[in-house]
Amino acid sequence: MTTPGDSAAEIWPLWEVFVRSNRGLSHVHVGSLHAPDETLAVRNARDLYTRRSEGVSVWVVPAAAITTSDPDAKGAFFESPAGKNYRHASYYSKSEGVKHL
Amino acid sequence: MTSTITPDTSATAVISVEEQQFNDLIEADSRIEPRDWMPEGYRKSLVRQISQHAHSEIIGMQPESNWITRAPSLKRKAILIAKVQDEAGHGLYLYSAAQTLGATRDDMTDALIAGKARYSSIFNYPTPSWADMGSIGWLVDGAAICNQVPLCRASYGPYGRAMVRICKEESFHQRQGFEILLELMAGTEEQRQMAQDSVNRWYWPALMMFGPPDDDSPNSAQSMAWKIKRHSNDELRQRFVNMLVPQAAVLGVTLPDPDLHFNEETQQWDLGVIDWTEFHEVLAGRGPNNAQRLQRRRDAHDEGAWVREAAVAYARKQSARTEEMAAS
Repeated sequence: MTTPGDSAAEIWPLWEVFVRSNRGLSHVHVGSLHAPDETLAVRNARDLYTRRSEGVSVWVVPAAAITTSDPDAKGAFFESPAGKNYRHASYYSKSEGVKHL
Repeated sequence: MTSTITPDTSATAVISVEEQQFNDLIEADSRIEPRDWMPEGYRKSLVRQISQHAHSEIIGMQPESNWITRAPSLKRKAILIAKVQDEAGHGLYLYSAAQTLGATRDDMTDALIAGKARYSSIFNYPTPSWADMGSIGWLVDGAAICNQVPLCRASYGPYGRAMVRICKEESFHQRQGFEILLELMAGTEEQRQMAQDSVNRWYWPALMMFGPPDDDSPNSAQSMAWKIKRHSNDELRQRFVNMLVPQAAVLGVTLPDPDLHFNEETQQWDLGVIDWTEFHEVLAGRGPNNAQRLQRRRDAHDEGAWVREAAVAYARKQSARTEEMAAS
């Protein structure tokens, strides 16, 4: 499948927008937008996604520049953690009742 | 497992692994995301629905922007500008969501201005009085919310997420409209008359926003099987009328349906007969303002052509300069 926004029929590319809602928090994906370049993408992102003080910082990334895992290989790709519940603290139950552990 | 969402597939036909994965996700009430495999019909149906929805938001700016310069106070003017800006924003969220399905913005815009794409017929009605700003907020945005809240759970992820943002903003729209009518109803006899007259004109078209009755809605069943749509048109329309009746009592306006009455048995408000001829006429382009709305959108597109071209030329120049600097 073609990458969204990466099309000859599209004059302006698609951008993915990430907003940091407050200092101390991560930027979170909020949606996409359409802009000719990065400067206008940032300005459009402000107008489109932060009209009600939703953020203190905005990132824009060309949608075509994002590399993702193959959705069809979902099962196999994320298989490794299965059966490895010893990676979670909750696996160790013998210490129950002991304080500060 | 036999699938309920691909009725044309015979029980013996082999379903591909991808199709099975898609069916399982829908079955489990999970979400489909942009790079997942999906049936062509699902993609097409979503592009049609999301782009029509986007066009409605964009055309929907016109009946209200008409009153920005004549708003009765600076406060009302600021509110109206914010609301019209929100509608533009809603259109843009939705166009982006359609783009994640491979539709291009340019194709969608071209279809709209060529008159090939549909948008909600409600925006083809005129707004001759200030009270119409109240009725649009209360009735039109109210009906939109009723329709859109279930769409927040639509099976296509980007559409559902766009709807969550839109619904949050729509509740301001509905309340500010209600407030306009409430203030008019507390005013002079002339102002009360203006509010009532406006409600009379918008009530029926707002009920038609839910679409044709269930027995005349060809795409509904498939759309519900795919969990894009969650409730039928008539179900949502009934829910809306049940909410409106007590609100109308608070306002002190009459709803222009002499047959409207409470049904003790169903505990619902039964409504009179909707004039579907009017709905089909407006949909077919013969509403009071269809031609004007499209012409205005077309003019705006033409007048903005130089801005789009300049922005692209500038972006190309900048990226060429960056490459040059990287090479030297």
